[in-house]
Amino acid sequence: MNADANAVSTAALGEPVLTARNLSIEYEVDPPVKAVRGASITLHRGEILGLAGESGCGKTTLAYGLNRLLKAPALMTGGEVVFHDASGDDIDVVGLDGEALRRFRWNKVSMVFQGSMNSLNPVMNVRKQLHDVFTTHRPGMKRAEREARSAELLTLVGVDPTRLSSFPHELSGGMRQRVMIAMALALDPQVMIMDEPTTALDVVVQRGIIREIMRLRERLGFAVVFITHDLPLLIEISDRIAIMLDGEIIEQGDAEQIYRAPGHPYTRRLLSSFPSLRGDRGDFIRTGAAAGGAA
Amino acid sequence: MSGRATAIEATTLEARNLVKDFRLRSGTKVRTLHAVKDVSFTLEPGRTIALVGESGSGKSTIARMMAKLETPSSGEVLLDGRVSATRGGGLARYRRDVQMVFQDPFSSLNPFHPILHHLERPLRIHNPRLSSRQIRERAEELLERVRLSPAATFADRRPHELSGGQRQRVAIARALAPGSRFIIADEPVSMLDVSIRLGVLNLLAELQRQEHLGVLYITHDLATARHFSDEILVMYRGEIVERGPSEQVILDPRHEYTKTLLEAAADPDRLGRLRDDVRNGG
Repeated sequence: MNADANAVSTAALGEPVLTARNLSIEYEVDPPVKAVRGASITLHRGEILGLAGESGCGKTTLAYGLNRLLKAPALMTGGEVVFHDASGDDIDVVGLDGEALRRFRWNKVSMVFQGSMNSLNPVMNVRKQLHDVFTTHRPGMKRAEREARSAELLTLVGVDPTRLSSFPHELSGGMRQRVMIAMALALDPQVMIMDEPTTALDVVVQRGIIREIMRLRERLGFAVVFITHDLPLLIEISDRIAIMLDGEIIEQGDAEQIYRAPGHPYTRRLLSSFPSLRGDRGDFIRTGAAAGGAA
Repeated sequence: MSGRATAIEATTLEARNLVKDFRLRSGTKVRTLHAVKDVSFTLEPGRTIALVGESGSGKSTIARMMAKLETPSSGEVLLDGRVSATRGGGLARYRRDVQMVFQDPFSSLNPFHPILHHLERPLRIHNPRLSSRQIRERAEELLERVRLSPAATFADRRPHELSGGQRQRVAIARALAPGSRFIIADEPVSMLDVSIRLGVLNLLAELQRQEHLGVLYITHDLATARHFSDEILVMYRGEIVERGPSEQVILDPRHEYTKTLLEAAADPDRLGRLRDDVRNGG
């Protein structure tokens, strides 16, 4: 959008960790659907980047593209994704294949999926599912080490390690979500992509988990792409925000700038869709006077 | 609107000491869930009461009891001060006055029937003397009132051809069809895309003013509860823990639970505060 503004925020936020340039993704159905159209985003080390948009705008497809999780009929038709590893190497994510791709995923970039409540395997206990991550990605690890690390992870996300023996149905929605976050943290990734991680939860539980994510970020230093349609929440927690509409990123900037001085009409419309909790009425037309009168 | 004549009278819809227990069976054990514990409030024409709380707090159970879809374990629902029948003609008269808008517009409309059918049916049931032409006219008039205009282009379409927002407008039109005086709206916009939510709420507010309806607005969203209603009742585990004028409950909450809810609600004005909080060891 604004080159100057971007330069300033880059300086304040440190090095980029994930860069996507002109990313385009199509669903090869008849007729083809251009779900993501020339999207460019830069995620800096340790920052929370909010990705906001309504259902169908392509935000989940973009997230899958960043992590190379697209499945047919989705196809990346253009653009590049570069991961800037902490070691100093740049990894061309689009070009990854086979073993290299497997090593990249979850190690460097992990994901907390939408509807995580249902992404745990119902017939496996938490222990087995956490151990799985290590048996797959850290084959040299001993059983005792896996167990210790799994317990440590649960403690980290605020779940009692005795829950390792629990099955998903024995956990509350909030706990299941925390387990999913533990799983995403397992390999100490530099980037976590969170797709509507708290949408299905009650506000009080949601707030607890958001706080946990913020706390873990301070401690572990990973960067987050946080995807949701809940713009007020994003403004509250993000460092920067990108707004998506019809597959395009129509505006991105500091959270404060998006909130106080939105540039795009759609951003303004989205903002005005949320009546303010404590402040003015915004677009809300109902007035006390009119309600009292017998119109 | 001929049905409007009755709406001017001073009338009320009252929940008096409503209690609802559910018996839950798991295996051979039976336990009782106290979903609603002694809840009372009075809905008046031209006023909106918001019932807020988290899932499981009992707010939808109250909605269903008010709409007579659920029978209270004890306590009663009084229309104009009278207990009304739970079946037959008495129930039909009750439903003429009290209607419900459900949360999910994708499942509350029948996919086999065109939009017009959803409006003609309540019109026919509650106005048996009207001719088919009159019914059709009224149905189209209802569509226009909820801004599905021109009505003729929507009348013959089926629910799947409409967007979520349009479907919810049909649901609102259907609730108004009998000439209702009270509307129970259970999370009417939570399934809709964010940018159309306010449009639907504004429409509901506008119809409420025009028709002088009493509205029970059930939601978990404190911000819209504040702006859309005159009074807020905060529910927690089946009980109303706080009630009062909307502005007061939101801006100056008294009960700890209300404070917790407000603290948990997203508020862009607190930009960056959570981060700073966490950094300072909070």
